[in-house]
Amino acid sequence: MTAEQVNINLPEGSIEKKTTRLNLGPTHPATHGVFQNILEMDGERIIKAESTVGYIHRAFEKLAERRPLYQITTLTDRLNYCSAPLNNMGWHLTCEKLLGVKTPKRVDYLRVIIMELSRISDHLICNSIVGVDTGAYTGFLYVMQYRELIYEIYEEVCGSRLTTNMGRIGGFERNFSNTAFQKIEKFLEEFPIVWKEFENLFNRNRIFIERTAGTGAISAERALNYGFTGPNLRAAGVDYDVRVHTPYSSYEDFDFIIPVGKTGDNYDRFMVRNEEIWQSLSIIRQAYEKVQAFKGAEADVYHADSPEYYLPAKADVYTKMEALIYHFKIVMGETDIPVGEVYNCIEGGNGELGFYLISDGGRSPFRLHFRRPCFIYYQAYPEIIKDTMLSDAVVTLSSLNLIAGEMDA
Amino acid sequence: MSITHDFIQEKLNNQFGDKILNWEESYGMLSATIQHDHNLKVLTFLHDEPSLGFQFLTDITGVHYPERKGEEIAVVYHVHNLKENVRLRLKIFVPIEKPDVYTATGLFSGANWMERETYDFFGVNFIGHPDLRRVLNVDEMDYFPLRKEYPLEDQTRIDKDDEMFGR
Amino acid sequence: MARPVRFNLIEKSSADRGINQVQLPEGHMGEGFFATSLDKVVGLARKNSMWPLPFATSCCGIEFMATMGSHYDLSRFGSERVGFSPRQCDLLMVMGTIAKKMGPVLRQVYLQMAEPRWVIAVGACASSGGIFDTYSVLQGIDQIIPVDVYVPGCPPRPEAIIDGVLKIQDLVQDESLRRRNGDQYKALLEGYGIQ
Repeated sequence: MTAEQVNINLPEGSIEKKTTRLNLGPTHPATHGVFQNILEMDGERIIKAESTVGYIHRAFEKLAERRPLYQITTLTDRLNYCSAPLNNMGWHLTCEKLLGVKTPKRVDYLRVIIMELSRISDHLICNSIVGVDTGAYTGFLYVMQYRELIYEIYEEVCGSRLTTNMGRIGGFERNFSNTAFQKIEKFLEEFPIVWKEFENLFNRNRIFIERTAGTGAISAERALNYGFTGPNLRAAGVDYDVRVHTPYSSYEDFDFIIPVGKTGDNYDRFMVRNEEIWQSLSIIRQAYEKVQAFKGAEADVYHADSPEYYLPAKADVYTKMEALIYHFKIVMGETDIPVGEVYNCIEGGNGELGFYLISDGGRSPFRLHFRRPCFIYYQAYPEIIKDTMLSDAVVTLSSLNLIAGEMDA
Repeated sequence: MSITHDFIQEKLNNQFGDKILNWEESYGMLSATIQHDHNLKVLTFLHDEPSLGFQFLTDITGVHYPERKGEEIAVVYHVHNLKENVRLRLKIFVPIEKPDVYTATGLFSGANWMERETYDFFGVNFIGHPDLRRVLNVDEMDYFPLRKEYPLEDQTRIDKDDEMFGR
Repeated sequence: MARPVRFNLIEKSSADRGINQVQLPEGHMGEGFFATSLDKVVGLARKNSMWPLPFATSCCGIEFMATMGSHYDLSRFGSERVGFSPRQCDLLMVMGTIAKKMGPVLRQVYLQMAEPRWVIAVGACASSGGIFDTYSVLQGIDQIIPVDVYVPGCPPRPEAIIDGVLKIQDLVQDESLRRRNGDQYKALLEGYGIQ
């Protein structure tokens, strides 16, 4: 469909004779992200929609062919920027799979804490923005305050709030300080109360239910055919979660359930994300206790013992010969990176975030491809909003949790 | 797991014989190289056959290998059997002068934009695709950027000096 | 019977209360009147009630959401009413990477704004392309629209964004009323191809 196409003629008995074309353009109110939908409408009802993406295409895959493996972490930050540490950890896990690095348990548990915190921060934004789109601004402002607590935890661990570049191949760059653990405890104490209040505002609210229940539905078969993953697929009824299917980073040691919806409409997606936040809080609590259970020398472990890929400590570099050689090799790119191709996936905030890495033995990948869940499920949007009202289309757009950075890469 | 890699290999070899050119296993995933005009047949067989049931298309992407003369562009499909938790990678190689591949959109609706992205980046022509045009780049772009011969930076920029930026 | 007064019984000077009051512009004060020049009054009024248009494309947009939140409140400085219609706003805050595909859209939004208008480029990507020196990213929005303030950072901290807005407020306060009709401004717009 191009701009020159004539509007569709409507059958007899419709409100109008020809459809009107409405541009739900790249500049959105309520800061969702830049994607465009051209809608053919009959009054308020949408007959046909066409989506355009690419307004923030930054060529990550081509950039990645230029950078060594450890510098690609900064690119992965900017994929799903609401939950940047998740993407970072996914990339580190992919590199570790390629290089054959095994991380100790304490590193895995620390990673789990960070990953679940970023999942909470992603779902927080999504659900509060669904609230904003139905007119409830208070929930958003109230909950953003607690997102600042999560940002403080990230700052304590890696120094940055949003684009975290957290961790290294093999672990973390420094051990979590006591302040970080105190902040995590504070979050675990204060946040559940706040989230309960947020749920009280929305879950049984008559206006919210009438806006979201029954709109934007997609059936499980269509969702699977499109390649949906993540909360959108779980709301449709399929319990596919990469953390349970192919556990990574010691997720098999944790006890949590996967919430599943029935109809795949907006209300189900909202509720699935709500429930996932509760499950994430439970996982963080379990991981925190497991980390605190390490005592003595074990409590100082924060990276894998693989000097070929993890920079040695600076004191050793200045005094010991092997550390100096490893440092030189890693920075100058002389390490032996195996030739091969690996596909690794993690459960990102929106679904299965996959990394397909083809290495030719050089410092940078030969080809890196990101399997981005947002890109894949946005294709289904024209089908989901067909024959619905415009206001439902807006709520559907925000409840699908489309992050433009992940969509276009 | 009742579907092992040997089982998949056996079934595909029985059905397609010499159309399967190569088998590889890397990092736990089985990978098959298929003759390029049989990709849709293999995907359909993997989808419909009840004992295999690879009904979830994870990803379609392309790779450009400039040294492999005559088959420079690879199109890689990742499929997944959700019930048995088995993944499979299928590769086809097409020459760069005539990169024609049959589309998988009839089988998987999700293949629509994935193939558009592969076309946008590599120039692979998917035969039978309902709407093959660029999805991520500007519509007026006349080259396929992810091919190895094209540089990363925009050549028309005037303020950034290649010498100073170490390129 | 009137309730007895309980608060503010002892008059405190404004310095003790810790309140920053807006500085009076230069002028002549008299009994019941204050005379100053029009552009100072207009500048003062304008700067304390800017209506921003958040053109948020990517990660900097999330930092903007944090800036508008209650922790780092941007509405303390008068930017309470964010609008999404360029016809009603004076400050265009471009936050995030602008790709070449998005360039014409940004330019159209800028053209739809009425004078006086200011532009703040938030983040490294809007200022100069950032870490994305690629074929598809516009290397800085000043290739297509004139920019007043650049805020570096990737993403800039909310305090930095607020600092940028405060610098815009300084520009607004000191701007002469005739600037937008003057030759230098016209030449600037000609340079961008904007009539």
